[in-house]
Amino acid sequence: MSSPVYVAGVGVITAIGNNVAEHLAAFQNYEAGMGDITLFNTRHKGILPVAEVKLDNETLAAMAGISPKLSRTKMLGLIAAREALNDAAIPDLSQLRTGFVSANTVGGMDKSEDFFVDFLADNNKGKLRNVFDHECGSITEIVADELGITDYLTTISTACSSSANAIFYGARLIRNDILDVVIAGGCDALAKFTLNGFNTLMILDKEYCRPFDDTREGLNLGEGAGYVVMVSDKVAKTLNKPLYCTLSGYNNSNDAYHQTASSPDGTGSYMAMQGALNKAGLQTTDISYINLHGTGTPNNDSAEGTAIKRLFEPNYPPMSSTKSFTGHTLGASGGVEAVFSVLSVKHGLIYPNLRFKTQMQELPFKPETEYLKYQPLKNVLSNSFGFGGNCTSLIFSAV
Amino acid sequence: MKAYIRSTAAITAQKTFGDVPFLTELTEYNGTRLTAIEPDYKEYVDPKMARRMSRMVKMGITAALQCLQDGQIEMPDAIITGTALGCQEDTIAFLTRIIELDEEMLPPTAFIQSTHNTVTAQIALSLKCHGYNNTFVHKGVSFESSLLDAMMLLNEGDANQVLVGGTEEMTDTAFKVLTRLGLYKRWPLSNADLYKTRSNGTIGGEGSIFFLLNHQPSPDNLAELIATKTFYKPKTTADVELNIREFLTVNAINIEEIDLVITGKNGDTKNDEVYENVIPNFFANNSMAKYKHLCGEYPVSTSFALWLAANIVKRGEVPALVADGEIKISSPKKILIYNHYQNSYHSLMLVSAC
Repeated sequence: MSSPVYVAGVGVITAIGNNVAEHLAAFQNYEAGMGDITLFNTRHKGILPVAEVKLDNETLAAMAGISPKLSRTKMLGLIAAREALNDAAIPDLSQLRTGFVSANTVGGMDKSEDFFVDFLADNNKGKLRNVFDHECGSITEIVADELGITDYLTTISTACSSSANAIFYGARLIRNDILDVVIAGGCDALAKFTLNGFNTLMILDKEYCRPFDDTREGLNLGEGAGYVVMVSDKVAKTLNKPLYCTLSGYNNSNDAYHQTASSPDGTGSYMAMQGALNKAGLQTTDISYINLHGTGTPNNDSAEGTAIKRLFEPNYPPMSSTKSFTGHTLGASGGVEAVFSVLSVKHGLIYPNLRFKTQMQELPFKPETEYLKYQPLKNVLSNSFGFGGNCTSLIFSAV
Repeated sequence: MKAYIRSTAAITAQKTFGDVPFLTELTEYNGTRLTAIEPDYKEYVDPKMARRMSRMVKMGITAALQCLQDGQIEMPDAIITGTALGCQEDTIAFLTRIIELDEEMLPPTAFIQSTHNTVTAQIALSLKCHGYNNTFVHKGVSFESSLLDAMMLLNEGDANQVLVGGTEEMTDTAFKVLTRLGLYKRWPLSNADLYKTRSNGTIGGEGSIFFLLNHQPSPDNLAELIATKTFYKPKTTADVELNIREFLTVNAINIEEIDLVITGKNGDTKNDEVYENVIPNFFANNSMAKYKHLCGEYPVSTSFALWLAANIVKRGEVPALVADGEIKISSPKKILIYNHYQNSYHSLMLVSAC
């Protein structure tokens, strides 16, 4: 039951790059991905900055090898999942029990929005092919079909912690000897639905977001996909290339405080981090870097910061929010940041928290603002918290 | 990986919720859509809160809380829910307002409640439950994924009491769209007559059904869930049979030992052919049952089948309403549930008397 689960491959696409190599370059160059909205028509264009993947649907679809008429979420998911699977380069994959566990929050909402404009005017109108992608599961299905994965597929949706839970569930499928290989993570494309939704909650910053800064005013939405390929001990021994790390700890706890707000003392966040440490058999002093959830909203960063203070006091490891580069990619964020955490452990990298100036008054620590290489990192903690009080923490450990 | 079903509560299109007789009479519907019979929510949800909640959330919380009450457990260690389409009512409300109000002055409530994890989260909030909380949203195996998660948690020792359910709401919009997509029959019919004519399409349904799973033997347990398995897009009937055979072999059970097979026949010719191709060869001597005329077709309808199986083995009787042909063993001890969703997602569950 406690057999190790190894990470053998990673893949990612966000506003700062279309693959792993481009992301590492963007981090090193302190290049954020935010800008004006260009991909869809909305009243918020030019007012609310977002972090778009810098390719239109035609280009993205060509890159993914699927029809440009499908949901953008499918294209993002397929590009990152395929990169991860190719990266893992598992010999004789077809002989192994392989699963795909993916996450997203709004399925093919970009297409449903198109459908709904016509449908609302006349219930017999609206192109039906635009609702084929509506279900969250449809997104997962096409990616699995394109990658030839049939042994097990499922989809998780727990708001912004979705893909961290997908990775966690995937690891357990391996530990319970149900599968040998699991590709897990998540994807979400920007949509009017989520942009307007977050706007009604008044948590979108009109400037580029400033996670963990005392003057922070909200988040910037982003889009993307991030996947890790996890393998059992048995499969790990057959690989021809070095492994990245292990997924040593994980926990899912609920804040049980409010549907959208975090409790002031970060109960759920605290329990998730503590639970992941327990699962990994580690102490707080063993954590070398925290990839924060760090959305940049006053509420999240205060709750998460307070939970870290309560748990880690007085020894705070370096920490940063990569959402200052990618924006908040919602259902993809746990997967995207798992990839960053895996790369961090593997290459000894700590990413800068961009635009940080003023330390939060209630916290005795501040995020790392420099890009650091060759760090001796043993264990990296990645936090993903969402609406509905869903809090998940993952720990990646050096092999 | 086994688990006991300690208790279950079901809000469905039949009289299944509360202290009621076990499917002794059919609640009849004329049309192609079955609607859940909603209980009085007052005992379960604060009326002030309830006014803002969609039917899906109210049905979810209510079935979950009743299930816990029946299982005499105040606080579960984990809550897991399956729903393919999520909170449609709020999703549609917010989409409509974006268009009608042209993205201005939108109220946030519908968006807040539109996320797929709302039901699971609201149950946790209602109980102040800080434990494991997960929501699966994968088409016709959303409930099966939730069950597997629950069984793994028990197996890992990370939870002792797991509340797991399937919830789905049918809205006017979804019903219209799914009708246009050809899922339902083109003319109104009684659900009593669902299997009488061979034709395309089925009837739509909805429901909210929860189970309390644990590893503790007790005379009060309803049933034992021995195993569950899903398989995806089998190419041939032989492929289906191979998967079922493997499932039984792994669980050391012969086909003859299965007293009742519950299938997911839904009255659609193409859908039911999948079962009809398998039954004569494979289940030639088994007693058969069906259930979708009672709850309608919906992605987590297997939660109804599991509720049915657990009640059959506990009560030692097969309601005449569900018999599909002659019932040779009146008090089944071992039941196999076999369902497929649009011939893509196939699932098996093996249920045994305790």
